Amino acid sequence: MEGLYAFCVGLLTACGIFLALRGRTFSVVIGLTLLSYAVNLFLFASGRLKLNAAAVLGESEQYSDPLPQALVLTAIVIGFAMTAFAVILAMRARADLGNDHVDGTLPARPGDASKKSGGSQ
Amino acid sequence: MQHLSIFPILIPLLFGAIMLLPPISRDINSQRITSIIGTLFLLISSAVLLYKINAEGVQLYALGGWQAPFGIALVADKVSSLLVLLTAFLAFCVMLYAVAGQDKGGAYFHPLFMFQIMGINGAFLTGDIFNLFVFFEVLLIASYALLIHAGGKQKTQAALHYVILNLVGSSLFLFGLGILYGTLGTLNMADMAIKVGQLQGETATLAKTGALLLLVVFGLKAAMLPMHFWLPKTYASASAPVAALFAIMTKVGIYSIFRVYTVVFGDDAGELANIATPWLWPLALLTIAIGTIGVFASPGIKTLSANLVIVSSGSLLACAAINSEAATSAALYYMVHSTLASAGLFLLADVMSRQRGKAEDRFVRSRPFVQPRLLGFGFSIAALALVGMPPLSGFVGKIMILQATQSSAQTMWVWPLILIGSLAALITFSRAGTTLFWRHNGSAVAEAEPAKTPEIIGIALLLLATPVLVLFGGDISEFTQQAAEHLHDIQGSAYALLPGVAQ
Repeated sequence: MEGLYAFCVGLLTACGIFLALRGRTFSVVIGLTLLSYAVNLFLFASGRLKLNAAAVLGESEQYSDPLPQALVLTAIVIGFAMTAFAVILAMRARADLGNDHVDGTLPARPGDASKKSGGSQ
Repeated sequence: MQHLSIFPILIPLLFGAIMLLPPISRDINSQRITSIIGTLFLLISSAVLLYKINAEGVQLYALGGWQAPFGIALVADKVSSLLVLLTAFLAFCVMLYAVAGQDKGGAYFHPLFMFQIMGINGAFLTGDIFNLFVFFEVLLIASYALLIHAGGKQKTQAALHYVILNLVGSSLFLFGLGILYGTLGTLNMADMAIKVGQLQGETATLAKTGALLLLVVFGLKAAMLPMHFWLPKTYASASAPVAALFAIMTKVGIYSIFRVYTVVFGDDAGELANIATPWLWPLALLTIAIGTIGVFASPGIKTLSANLVIVSSGSLLACAAINSEAATSAALYYMVHSTLASAGLFLLADVMSRQRGKAEDRFVRSRPFVQPRLLGFGFSIAALALVGMPPLSGFVGKIMILQATQSSAQTMWVWPLILIGSLAALITFSRAGTTLFWRHNGSAVAEAEPAKTPEIIGIALLLLATPVLVLFGGDISEFTQQAAEHLHDIQGSAYALLPGVAQ
């Protein structure tokens, strides 16, 4: 179970970083969301993974560390707020700058340039 | 007054919340009055807090009566109370400037301003590393909204980069926190400082990964070299009061570096002792170098001030890398100086660009200022302070940093870089000053508005602070020396904060 859990966190992080490095705001926002999911899962695991262990004292023989769960809860709340802000900002940027590229200007595609030079020849 | 140490967080929170409620939220004038009163209250309570800490020593405030290491604790020691007072003074001056009309550009300027101050003060006061994250987020989300205050293409573009970078930074922060919690089992900084010495082998390596991840995050906030690209554009495009308030934001990152890598991963951390130093040292020097190049290349005075912020960040990081009491003391003095002087310059740049029409703040021939004498005087004080010329505080701060170098290798690297940085600032400021004040065509246009009285008072207070920092230099450096001693003394900064832990 630990291996699968670690693999999932790693995969989410990798996808998140890949998408956050893209040039369009939409994929960047999705990347940030994936990254925050990965963070939440990771924080949850930082108190070690256990079976049949309740976080409330007296509910079971073993108990799990309640602190990471409190941390995850805070991180989720903050993460949601930040993602919502990023979405609104991306929409505002789309309206203000006229495109959804993170730099505000669309890079010239290499195909266009070659077409132009081909036409002049 | 046992609750004094939470006042710097509660006052801005309450005033910010009050300003969101109907009778005040509808009327800009009552918002302005409330804001001025709020920042004044904050200033008074921070001054009292500093006085009390100086007289009685560290104050530990256990929130909700939950004792450390299990609850969240606020720690008001000399370092944090000095920086809280600095924030309060900066906020008061900037607010004086903002109420003259800069706050009208967008909605909710005043509440957001208050929430940002709350975040900054909270980050300085907290003794718990997860709480540090929470206050970082509080100050960040307020800064995101303040950055696009008054709108415009440039601001949206700069804000987009700033927000995305900081969101990735926040994720890294949480990864680092998770690793540290997993290895140390605690997030209270004093408790971490005690437990970190016992780590060995694989666990120590894992904790090292977490600690260095945190360094990346703090470096991003402090504009350390590979993560500084957002800063010039962000600061130059923000509206003046926001940029001036942001002058303290890089210092939050620097403060966190000092707190975490001196107290937690300092000399007593066993296998993990001083792990940040080998990274901080080259990066700090390169930050100064790249900031200096930026200073030379600045096309306008706002970009120039932003690049000077990078240079000062680099100098402060170098102090953190030297890692001695003298260096920390120098850093604290220089932090106060550079925050106030660069905030003053940001505000001054705004007044200038308003009086020059289309040329704005760029170094090109344009029409003369409406108030050339007043602006010239302010500009020369700000320039002298930021270049580091005697008799102003920049000189004292830089001398303290230069004297703090220990080995000849440190001296060989730090002295030339800081002195060349000062020379670059001197050249750029003289070039800028001659262009702005002496090379003009046409006559001053009547419709260009002169600076209003509250604006002048705000700028004057910020700039007058630099001669005051020199006049009382002896007392202030003695105070920073004591603060630095406290920070480096693990008995005082860690064990004393945990009454229950046996030494």
